[in-house]
Amino acid sequence: MIELLVVFAVVLAVVAVVGAPLRRGAQGLDPDAAARAELADLEAAKEAKYQEIRDAELDMRTGKLSDEDHRVLDGELRAEAIALLKRLDAVRARVGADAAPVAPPPAVG
Amino acid sequence: MATVGRALLIVAFAVALYGVGASLYGAFAGGRAWVDSGRRAVYALAGVLTIAFAIMEIAFLRSDFSFDVVATHSSTTTPTFYKATAAWSSQEGSLLLWVWLLSVWSSLALLVTRRRVREVAPVATAVLLTFASFFLMLTIFFAQPFTTLAAVPQEGTGLNPLLRHPAMMFHPPMLYSGYTLFSIPFAFAIGALITRRLNAEWIVSTRRFALAAWLCLGVGIVLGARWSYTELGWGGYWAWDPVENASLLPWLTGTAFIHSIMIQERRGMLKVWNASLVLATGTLAILGTFLVRSGILDSIHAFGASTLGVPFLILIGAMVLGSVGLVVWRRADLTSEHRLDSLLSREAVFLFQNVILVGLAFVVWWGTFFPLISEAVTGTRASVGPPWFDKYIVPLAFVLVALSGIGPLVPWRRLTWASVRRGFVLPALAALVTVLALLAVPGAWMEPKAAAFTGVVAFVLASVGQELWRGMRARQASARESAPVALAGVVRRNRRRYGGYVVHAGFAVLLLGVAVSSSFQHARDISLRPGQSARVDGFDITYVRATARAASEKISLGAVLDISKHGRHVATLRTTRGFYPSQDISQGIVGRFFGGESESEVGLRAGLGRDIWTVINPNLAPLTPIIEQGNRTFRRAMVGIMTGPAAKRQQAVAQLYALRDAAVTAVARRFVTSPWPADFRFIVSPLATWIWLGAIITFLGGLLALWPAPAAARRRVSAGYAARVARELARTTQ
Repeated sequence: MIELLVVFAVVLAVVAVVGAPLRRGAQGLDPDAAARAELADLEAAKEAKYQEIRDAELDMRTGKLSDEDHRVLDGELRAEAIALLKRLDAVRARVGADAAPVAPPPAVG
Repeated sequence: MATVGRALLIVAFAVALYGVGASLYGAFAGGRAWVDSGRRAVYALAGVLTIAFAIMEIAFLRSDFSFDVVATHSSTTTPTFYKATAAWSSQEGSLLLWVWLLSVWSSLALLVTRRRVREVAPVATAVLLTFASFFLMLTIFFAQPFTTLAAVPQEGTGLNPLLRHPAMMFHPPMLYSGYTLFSIPFAFAIGALITRRLNAEWIVSTRRFALAAWLCLGVGIVLGARWSYTELGWGGYWAWDPVENASLLPWLTGTAFIHSIMIQERRGMLKVWNASLVLATGTLAILGTFLVRSGILDSIHAFGASTLGVPFLILIGAMVLGSVGLVVWRRADLTSEHRLDSLLSREAVFLFQNVILVGLAFVVWWGTFFPLISEAVTGTRASVGPPWFDKYIVPLAFVLVALSGIGPLVPWRRLTWASVRRGFVLPALAALVTVLALLAVPGAWMEPKAAAFTGVVAFVLASVGQELWRGMRARQASARESAPVALAGVVRRNRRRYGGYVVHAGFAVLLLGVAVSSSFQHARDISLRPGQSARVDGFDITYVRATARAASEKISLGAVLDISKHGRHVATLRTTRGFYPSQDISQGIVGRFFGGESESEVGLRAGLGRDIWTVINPNLAPLTPIIEQGNRTFRRAMVGIMTGPAAKRQQAVAQLYALRDAAVTAVARRFVTSPWPADFRFIVSPLATWIWLGAIITFLGGLLALWPAPAAARRRVSAGYAARVARELARTTQ
């Protein structure tokens, strides 16, 4: 009897946990899902690009890249980062009002 | 509680099947609520299986022999420590451990990624739950862990003696954690391929799990090697055994994957390669489980039966065909966004290293499955041994170690001659000096492979040391910190980079230990009487005295050995051979105490310079006449009791058993009181301890790379670069 109660309690708990989102009601498919996924991809690519810029800087500071090589590489990486930011802003505009600018406002001066 | 256990497995199976359906329906038709419900099914599965696993563990700890699995894999005399681990010595317990770990790691992965990879995650959830359903099906229909016995025995058969080793407490859970953690990037890769979200996000979201899988599997492999070295009594740590190889295969392809994903993250390149690597790694992880649990290949480590072969083969077949089909189907979405800038770049080094790692995996796979391949082609099962593996593995491993030193010196995108001069001179000099110094050592030139390995290891260590030094100096220049603080600072801010470098250094040290200990090892098998000595590699080894100990768990016969060199005492070693009682009554009332399974306790003096390793193999033949006489005497006495008055029978049997125990102890003591020659194996291995030190360094490096940077620091760094790029953006748009 106790064994039966234990199993019953587990089943109840499972149903409660698994069924909770369905009790909130079906939300349907997200119409902006594709754009949001693209946004997430671009965010990941942007973070990877920042990491690349940072690594290039560390390579320069540890002597793996000369100042000249670093200047050229850093320029390329920044150009790629800018292209990513522009694509991000375009996608954010498509997704809607909750889109904040990806990069903070540029410093003046 | 066995009924509860059985019912929970059915509940878990139902939850897993529901989760597969809910996740797929939510992903393609139903929306977010169904996706969330599918994800929660994984959490619920973890909860249910935790209870089921706890029920099994409690049964083992309580020696509840009404559970078949407990009666056949434990006993009341099994030490508590090993009772807890005995659960996964069984087929049924192993499968339950596998699916429990899968549910726990999957829950963690889905919890961490619940607000990311929203398109990919539901499909990944379905894949993970499909794996769970498969293993739950096995535990319900093929190898039930909660089967009970109609007649409950007073005593269990006990744990396999070979598994009574501390490493066995952690070896299977670590291996299975590695296998199940590799299922996570596998599942997300399937999700990315199906939903065509093949950019970096799924990789960024799961790379830490791939690294954790690599780490756990590596720790599991090394624990297995350590167990082999100290328990199996043959003196080696790696025998190219099918089960050892099975765990090495996903580790090799996983190593390639965690390197090559960096190229996809940064450059959007190698998408086909990465997808193929992670799918192969996931499949090889299942193959590894299959080899251990099916017993399809002869192995000293295979503790499973062969009843699971067909379902596993169906799963592996589906994984291989599905993986190839998906990659071919999505090949248009897997095109690279960039091309390799230069063949002299870190990307190119990674690519070359990947080819070597996959080459190694292919060699290991071919050698492992050669018995099945040869049987299929010629009808005769033939196998290849360590010399065959060494022939191909050694040169490939040599190149791999060299690349692990070259990689950290080469910048991303392109290498210039100026940076070659700056980076390579010191490590190359270190390698040259080491090889020249080694060649001055008498006899070293006889082993050119070991000398070359030592040189390349010096190159790697110098390369990593130089990188750490330069990083520290750069930090000191910018932050004006003391050397230790600057070193800690630069490592903390670049954990993935410097953790990786530490891994390279540790791996080089490990392979140095392998190369030197195997090339310069001295081994000798000899029979000695107490008082006699043998000389091995300049060490005088004297058999001082025999030892014997009889307990209800086992009878241990052993030796105390004195090790000296040039008359100076070096160490005292103790080695024993433990004989566990057999349940086979045909061996006789006394004989069964000497006729069961046995295991070795090696005598080991480990040191940075060399290990002195010994094991005893006592010859029991001189005891046979006494044991047979004891069997006859006690059998006659037992017959007398059974035919005597029933009222006194119980007391008489108890007295007889007490006499029998005294007789068994007396028989064992003869090994000490009238000693005869015993067989010994002596091995002197230089730098063998470096294998374990190298492994520890490797895993500490892995932990360093795995450890997440504090979120605040990550945001601060990211914001700094964002601001710089934003300024650039402002200039370009003005």
